[in-house]
Amino acid sequence: MDINTKKLKKNAFRVTKVRGMTASRIRVPGGHLDARYLGKIQEIAERFGNGTIHITSRQGFEIPGIPYEKMAEVNALLQPLIEGLDINQSEPGTGYPASGTRNITACIGNRVCPYACYDTTAFARRIEKAVFPNDLHFKIALTGCPNDCMKVRMHDFGIMGMTEPQFEPQRCVSCEACIDVCAKKSVTALKAVKYRPQRNEEKCIGCGECVLNCPNMAWTRSKEKYYRLTLMGRTGKKNPRLGEDFIKWGDEASIIKIILNTYDYVEKYIDRNAPGGKEHIGYIVDRTGFEEFKGWALKDVNLPAKARVFTPLYWQGIKY
Amino acid sequence: MGFKLSREAFDAVLQSWTDDYVLFAPKRFEQGGIYSDTDCIRYGQVQAVDEIVFDSKSLYSFKEALLPVSETLFFFTEETVKEADPPKKGAIIFLRSCDLHGLKRLDEIYLRNGPEDAYYRRLRDRVQFVLMGCPHSFENCFCVSMGTNQATDYAISVDVEGDGFLVDCKSEAWAERITPRAEAELDVTPRHVTENAVTVNIPETLTIQVASSRIWDEYDNRCIDCGRCNFVCPTCTCFTMQDLFYTENGRVGERRRIWASCMVDGFTDVAGGGSYRKKNGERMRFKVLHKVYDFKVRTGSHMCVGCGRCDDVCPEYISFSNSVNKLDQAMKEVSGR
Repeated sequence: MDINTKKLKKNAFRVTKVRGMTASRIRVPGGHLDARYLGKIQEIAERFGNGTIHITSRQGFEIPGIPYEKMAEVNALLQPLIEGLDINQSEPGTGYPASGTRNITACIGNRVCPYACYDTTAFARRIEKAVFPNDLHFKIALTGCPNDCMKVRMHDFGIMGMTEPQFEPQRCVSCEACIDVCAKKSVTALKAVKYRPQRNEEKCIGCGECVLNCPNMAWTRSKEKYYRLTLMGRTGKKNPRLGEDFIKWGDEASIIKIILNTYDYVEKYIDRNAPGGKEHIGYIVDRTGFEEFKGWALKDVNLPAKARVFTPLYWQGIKY
Repeated sequence: MGFKLSREAFDAVLQSWTDDYVLFAPKRFEQGGIYSDTDCIRYGQVQAVDEIVFDSKSLYSFKEALLPVSETLFFFTEETVKEADPPKKGAIIFLRSCDLHGLKRLDEIYLRNGPEDAYYRRLRDRVQFVLMGCPHSFENCFCVSMGTNQATDYAISVDVEGDGFLVDCKSEAWAERITPRAEAELDVTPRHVTENAVTVNIPETLTIQVASSRIWDEYDNRCIDCGRCNFVCPTCTCFTMQDLFYTENGRVGERRRIWASCMVDGFTDVAGGGSYRKKNGERMRFKVLHKVYDFKVRTGSHMCVGCGRCDDVCPEYISFSNSVNKLDQAMKEVSGR
């Protein structure tokens, strides 16, 4: 058997512990798909795999127990899925291109969740279109609100939905439901001043709890959607750590531009001798210094006037 | 007198009133729902007929046009008090049959329940009502059970008919403006529903004994005392007073009244630290019986008009109509004691 393992990894297959057997890795950008695709996945697992499917930690499916020689046939069967999920593909019928940049994951977002400030899957798919295919090791995740169910702070780029609460004093009934909930569930950004809530804009994290809990719609959501962007969180052996806030009240276009800029930055500074040519971005930033990274990241980015950039950034995490 | 009017003609009639009146109607607040990417239909000022939403029930009622959520009554400084000015213009309010019956409840409370309320009176006298016909019942409506599915006390009625409107006119002033613009004169009866998916049964035998039933207990935990059911209700009229002192100068300020809710904490707090209804079940009991028992004992008609907005809005899916429908069983429970 003569298998180019470097090549198969870039085609979303895996070298497994079972000699002769691979596993097919199916990315689902934004973690939401039409139910009919499950039938396709089932078909591959039963015809070419061992009849089981693993639901991956990055919102995909991994089909184990596939003989290496069946990869081409599996790729052919994956085609409707790849097209249905609108994956950027260089050549039809050749399976998923590249596997360096990981699946862009998302919490269920505002298609279902009352807390979510935007459609996380739709935004994830727009990032997918902008960055794929790409072999660089980037982890990007989106979450609908500061509850961060998607754990985006453990990613290189974490995107958290925000809304800027709009207050209409004439609708306020002074029930203080907003003040109570902000103190109990959020950051105590509201206090009562002359019977009505006063919002500390500096403190407010845009979670929308005041809007959700106001019984008379004195609080409503901003028409504009805003995002918090957290940077360089990571898991792993060396120095796992949570992402730090980089931008608060950012916009979608700026976030996509910052991610694309970071690809240029990584191309320039990645350690070419890193094992497997793979290096977490955070370690590169540790090496070049944050200021250098920031210069690249914010190149030609036009942030909204409301946006706040946090600089310099320092990360903590576990050090051995 | 009935008319058929094109959309443009009806709009022209409305525009002819705008020197003297503001138009108040259910409208779509885009992206205005509490959840992201959702709209909200509620009352607001409209400029033209195209802004009026005819095919949905508004989440909140018309009452905020007559009873502002927050209404400054007067301003004070040292020895001087100045009553707040009334709005410059009157209002034309678009509303459905249930709400027009709700208006009678508001009148009962503010005009006939002891001395007249001058602030209500001065708004009320400058309001005209446009009845919006109901071609069908909406979710949670139970107007038929409450006998509020038809209304006649309107200046004009309006029903969507193809691209235009059918209008029934009871006011000479309106008729003068409509007649030259009408496509046709014909008999018009405003559309109304004759049945709802939801019906309620208020037992004839209902007495205050029902207050001791165990049916109220389940609401202790289910209800979150947010007060939405009161705020959306066209017949809830409670308010509280706030004296507001401006800045550091404690001798200048205003008194205003603000909507209050018998479901929200603090409503029954009294001097000395007492509070009459602490449990949410007790508050639910008070509200339900006020709507379908004691108001009728005092005035001859039920307070509730069956619009179902309390059911539409409850975040905990508590159904008022369902709680009313438990009263029969509750009466059996308490009479057996």
